[in-house]
Amino acid sequence: MALLEIQGVTRRYGDLVAVDDVSFSVESGEFFTLLGPSGCGKTTLLRMIAGFEDPDRGRILLDGKDLAGTPPEKRPVHTVFQSYALFPHMTVRDNIAFPLRMAKKSEEEVRQRLQETLDQVHLADKSRHYPHELSGGQKQRVALARGLVNKPRLLLLDEPLGALDAKLRERMQLELIGLQRDVGVTFVFVTHAQQEALALSDRIGVMNEGRVEQLDEPSRIYGFPRNRFVADFIGDINLLESEVLEANPAHLKLQVAGLGEIAAPPTAGIKPGDKGALALRPEQLRIAPHGSPQELKNHFPGTVLDFLYLGDVTVYKVALPNGVVMDALLANSAPGRAKFFETGDAVEMAWRHDAGLFLRE
Amino acid sequence: MRGCSSVSEAEKAPSPALSRTLSRLRARVFPSPTPVDSPAPLAGEGRGERARRRQQDLTKWAITTPPFVFLTAFFLLPFLLVVAASFRYPGEFGGLAPLLPLLGAPGKDVGLTLETYRFFFGDLTYAEIFIRSFLVAGLTTLICILLAYPVALLIARSPKKRRDLMVLLVILPFASNLLIRVYAWIIILGPLNLLYTPYAVVIGMVYVHLPFMVLPLYTNLEKHDPALLEAAQDLGANGWTRFWRITFPLSLPGIFSGSALVFIPVLGMFAIPELLGGTGDILVGNLIKEQFLDNRDWPLGSMLSIMLTLAVLALAGLAAWAARSRRGEA
Repeated sequence: MALLEIQGVTRRYGDLVAVDDVSFSVESGEFFTLLGPSGCGKTTLLRMIAGFEDPDRGRILLDGKDLAGTPPEKRPVHTVFQSYALFPHMTVRDNIAFPLRMAKKSEEEVRQRLQETLDQVHLADKSRHYPHELSGGQKQRVALARGLVNKPRLLLLDEPLGALDAKLRERMQLELIGLQRDVGVTFVFVTHAQQEALALSDRIGVMNEGRVEQLDEPSRIYGFPRNRFVADFIGDINLLESEVLEANPAHLKLQVAGLGEIAAPPTAGIKPGDKGALALRPEQLRIAPHGSPQELKNHFPGTVLDFLYLGDVTVYKVALPNGVVMDALLANSAPGRAKFFETGDAVEMAWRHDAGLFLRE
Repeated sequence: MRGCSSVSEAEKAPSPALSRTLSRLRARVFPSPTPVDSPAPLAGEGRGERARRRQQDLTKWAITTPPFVFLTAFFLLPFLLVVAASFRYPGEFGGLAPLLPLLGAPGKDVGLTLETYRFFFGDLTYAEIFIRSFLVAGLTTLICILLAYPVALLIARSPKKRRDLMVLLVILPFASNLLIRVYAWIIILGPLNLLYTPYAVVIGMVYVHLPFMVLPLYTNLEKHDPALLEAAQDLGANGWTRFWRITFPLSLPGIFSGSALVFIPVLGMFAIPELLGGTGDILVGNLIKEQFLDNRDWPLGSMLSIMLTLAVLALAGLAAWAARSRRGEA
């Protein structure tokens, strides 16, 4: 039995449907992420699981029991808020002990759990400090510790890394994964940062306009987006508008206006005459100097319009003969090589016949 | 002040990379034709800095001088005059007796004296009136807290649009004169058989001072982050616990400033005891007013004012000390 089951949950605010008939389940011990742009309903869904809002329709089950009518303080579900919501008048120690005291644990148990948790989040030396004396990362860890100390069935995290700078964010991501593995608590994580979702999650539910667009493992979400929204939202992607000429179990033949025929990997259920777009990740594209010999079937001449030097990689914006601009990513792994091409260079762009994914309209 | 500490730390210690960038920028903005170690451009920069600092100091002075002069002239000097007056003899027809035996005024009570202080410590009636005053002020403050808290909470938790109107309603009584409002209480309390009793005094005091408790409390409660209450609820606290563990402790600064705004004025208030209280309900305020207006004993009135000030200061110091030692324990 799944730990958490969301069954046909809908939530409206007046005319706005914030969450629209969403169903999914989360297994025990899982790191589950709800990913989507702001306003997609992910936070509303989280608040319904926590009990701060009630679904208009549908049910939320925890361990098979309907949570309807159970107030937030009675649910074995804790939340790490985006703003941390640390109690400013309490020390780190008292903040973390709060849920234990609310659960009327014995002083002995409070002390023991407190010590354990403080060690887990490396805050033992800060236990007598007040929240205003802590750095952003430390506050974040106190919020996490407070959510975890009483071993909830489920920990909800509402964009908890949003307020941290990039470097610290990365470190906290690693700490978060380690912590989740250590304590074995099921995490439901909400974020709009796709990279964070890919890095942290066992499974991701991509949400848009109140609906779950795709629910899958990170690599499948990235590699096999189900539709344009998911393809576009997760990572960078090039979309080549095209029409299916030929479809068989081995490959697809696509017609791209102004470019000609291209080969693409097959997808189930695609018929000749279907219209859509071939989705290609920037790292799947290769560029070479103009006129160099090409062994790949899909290759076209292009012009470098611009490039973004990002240190480890450089992103080249290449215009194809039909006017479409594609992003191609080249690793700068050769020592001393910062860039291979200049703006205005004529190049040859190519990709493998089994690269990309055809997405129907 | 507390919240800013992290910012100031960051300002104090810029990262090495940042300071490197800054010095490079500076070099570009002030290109020096001479070698870098030449002192000339550095000195020029120092002079500019000094001029800027002088400008800042001037501005600081210009802004702070008027209130400083005002407070010195109309608060400090009068207070010193009161202190001086308390060591003198009363004049024959009010005012103060002369300091020196001048021609045509050969009174015996001339010069400086500790008479009024001897008077004060020699008569238990004064202590009794002081204690009664502090009790009335304390009771008034307590009742104000109990009445104002729900009101302030209600306003703070109301939709933003409605809050301004509610605050306006709280301060609306100030639009009419204090005496008129107190006379209205005479009409109300008369038929209830409460007029000229200590109850009437406390009722009047609470009525007049309630807004001074509501406003600071509301200002405090309004700033509370609603996420804190949600977090507490999420972590297992019910409504009552949320109030006592989160809302109440966070509102203590509001309660303290409200209490100061109620307690101290009540001690000096003489109109309400005079109009609503009986003959036995005299408070320090009445006593002081009587010395100046009825008994024409300025030194005694001055001495009583000083005693009142000292008592309030002592109480405030005690409260501050108690608050600090409590925080130290926690």
